[in-house]
Amino acid sequence: MRFVSPLVAAALTFAAGLVLFSALGRDPLAAFHAFFVQPIDDWNGVAELALKAAPLMLCAIGLAIGFRAGVWNIGAEGQLAVGAIAAGWLAVGFHGAGSALLLPAMVAAGALGGMAWAAIPAFLKTRFNANEILTSLMLVYVAALLLSWVVHGPLRDPQGFNFPQSKEFHDAALYPLLLEGTRLNAGVFVAAAVVAAGWWFMERSFGGYTMRVAGLADAAARYAGFSARRTVWVGMLAGGAAAGLAGVGEVAGPIGQLLPSVSPGYGFAAIIVAFVGRLHAGGIVLASLLMSLLYLGGESAQMTLDLPSAITGLFQGMLLFFLLAADVFISYRLRIAAPARAPREAAA
Amino acid sequence: MTATAPHDAAAGAPAAGRLLELRGITKRYPAVVANENVDLAVARGEIHAVLGENGAGKSTLMKIIYGVVKPDAGRMLWEGRPVVVANPAHARAIGIGMVFQHFSLFETLTVVENVALALPGAPDLARLAREIERVSELYGLPVDPRRLVHSLSVGERQRVEVVRCLLQKPKLLIMDEPTSVLTPQAARRLFETLRKLAAEGCSILYISHKLDEIRELCHRATVLRAGKVTGHCDPRRETAGSMARMMIGKDLPHCEHAPAREGGVPRLVIAGLSRGADDPFGVDLQDVHLTVHAGEIVGIAGVSGNGQRELLAAISGEARLGGKLPVRICSVEAGRLSPGRRRRLGMCFVPEERLGRGAVPEMTLAENALLTAHRRGMVRAGMIRFRAMREFAARCIERFGVKCGGPEAEAKSLSGGNLQKFIVGREMLQEPKLLVVSQPTWGVDVGAAAFIRQSLVDLRNAGAAILVVSEELDELFEICDRIAVIAKGRLSPARRAADSDVEEIGQWMSGLWEADDNAPPPAGHGSGAQRAARA
Repeated sequence: MRFVSPLVAAALTFAAGLVLFSALGRDPLAAFHAFFVQPIDDWNGVAELALKAAPLMLCAIGLAIGFRAGVWNIGAEGQLAVGAIAAGWLAVGFHGAGSALLLPAMVAAGALGGMAWAAIPAFLKTRFNANEILTSLMLVYVAALLLSWVVHGPLRDPQGFNFPQSKEFHDAALYPLLLEGTRLNAGVFVAAAVVAAGWWFMERSFGGYTMRVAGLADAAARYAGFSARRTVWVGMLAGGAAAGLAGVGEVAGPIGQLLPSVSPGYGFAAIIVAFVGRLHAGGIVLASLLMSLLYLGGESAQMTLDLPSAITGLFQGMLLFFLLAADVFISYRLRIAAPARAPREAAA
Repeated sequence: MTATAPHDAAAGAPAAGRLLELRGITKRYPAVVANENVDLAVARGEIHAVLGENGAGKSTLMKIIYGVVKPDAGRMLWEGRPVVVANPAHARAIGIGMVFQHFSLFETLTVVENVALALPGAPDLARLAREIERVSELYGLPVDPRRLVHSLSVGERQRVEVVRCLLQKPKLLIMDEPTSVLTPQAARRLFETLRKLAAEGCSILYISHKLDEIRELCHRATVLRAGKVTGHCDPRRETAGSMARMMIGKDLPHCEHAPAREGGVPRLVIAGLSRGADDPFGVDLQDVHLTVHAGEIVGIAGVSGNGQRELLAAISGEARLGGKLPVRICSVEAGRLSPGRRRRLGMCFVPEERLGRGAVPEMTLAENALLTAHRRGMVRAGMIRFRAMREFAARCIERFGVKCGGPEAEAKSLSGGNLQKFIVGREMLQEPKLLVVSQPTWGVDVGAAAFIRQSLVDLRNAGAAILVVSEELDELFEICDRIAVIAKGRLSPARRAADSDVEEIGQWMSGLWEADDNAPPPAGHGSGAQRAARA
């Protein structure tokens, strides 16, 4: 039943979307078409779908490793930004060097940058027992300011007319394109490889097993001698590394430079993706495609239906709430009863 | 159907006095038939025993009566009228109370809040607390209504469950293994309570594997084997052996117990352990001395909640590592080592709680084998070797007779006793140098309990050092070479089991052993010397 609730949630989201469109005075079927079909009715659309799904599945698989162990890293958005800064610093610093090692170095730097950002809440948790939900979330905003400082200060393009942005990266600092005429690049392979590695870690390795035990039964993990600190560190660092890679994918992919914002909320949307995907690798791939479609549909709806940009966040929110509701109703039955009266009736 | 139903084969109680009658109850689960065509009749004011091995279907039958589980077929008559119990609230409303084997208490709430939750409406907590104190006093079940449940020991939690039921003045009280965590004296007090309740007209359905208890307490017994009723008897006219035969279909195996070999090396040495409890309601350990040698079984007796939990946590390493604790395992200073490092020294441990600590409820038995036995060839280069894991689980299931759907069965799908067998088996199959066992046979039926005890003795004969913490004195005397008593966080000197008896150890359980013992436990590492002096 656990695997049914994402389908129920998706169906309810679509249904609620239809209701919403008609309430806004749009023809629901046409709106539905514009939202969910039009974005992917050509190869360019499919390429965009994969392009946006890649950072989502990257962040989500990293978060899922932590979530399964009860490590609640909410700060993937910030770890993504720091990963982008680390990779962007290399790209700008070695601009024009043209070395084939530049891109791999950026990938490594991005992962390390994300891990470094995630290490802060991990340290605070293991040293001071500070709640990682709060610390990781707060660090998202610190990371956003850090990125802002970087593009306003040290890495601002001298020829950029004072716009807060870096130089456009050299080709050696960009993922090679895969399909002519689209923006699809080799970054999707990185995403696929990380998802496969995440699957292997969670389902096949002993380290992943200890994480699952920690998430399911804390006392059993302590009894078996699995270190709680290690669980926190692995959970946070896995999330940070994957989010950092997503950041590299953005700046070395479709964006091609550092901007004051490098992500339309992928790090937060990935939390929804992870749960819709039931914290399983396969589910996360499917859920990231669905979430990517919501992003594309949102843009399409802005253009063809003249709807506000908030529509994307609205659909994301509906998906999450329907999922949570479906989970509750699968585990619990709603009964409307007057508790004070029931026993007397029964006794009579 | 009226109360004057025809007298059928299953019913022994006079029809007119019947409170509860079950006819042809059948319940099937995907893997097993838990109950098949079960008939049961309970008269008013009767203490009725339901006997059977683990997995015989006793608990399922009780859950059907209490409305937790719906039967596939059959009917239930309550006070002569057909009734379908919709849920436990309905059961409580018509006058059925139940004390579960797995407790159903909210850990983060206090005792009085837990009790209030089971009552209709919104009771006044202060008044309810006084009521709880009164009832617990009256029935010899001391419990502080203001304490948080998570800080209570298993024995204390059971008292809460019993008191909670009694507060509702039930007509039928179902008790699933109620005495497994009580001292002999406390059990006797509980029996007085139950007899008093029965005399007041309350019927009691009593599930237990302790045959002597059933003989002492119960008026009638219904015996289940593999989900079917195999017989009825008057326990007062049977022997424990004859009832065991009805239950398991053969004679009870007897535990072979040769005297321990002297002179084994000390495998566990605790030299003057004093430690404040992590929990505000926990018990502080005071100057505990204990030595367990290779080739002997040392037992620790005592009522639960006297420091057993804290002592075991200090031995297993699960207690938060504050300072250096004076614990040596296999000649290594282990006071600062984590539970995993201690296991690597050759220690294995069976904890008191099975679900959630000894086993992960949502995981399969194979995955639970990996929990502690992963050092036995189940992991290679960080990868799980699934075949080795399943083989180990299958071996454990087979050797220890665990009734389950195989290595892929979820731990939470097993009955309590069967899961206990699996956990004990998992720890024993690792061939530990030092085995620490808490409540080895809690909730396990007589046949399996005898097997576990024999396995412990065999492991001892093979040279392992074994520490058993149990509240069953008979069990300790059956298998232990030396017995110590824990009371209020202090541990008595260990007595040779052959030189002591149940009466003496029972007295020590109230904390009075200096009177019997002219030499108080010496300071420093004296336990070994002490043993030599006494031997």
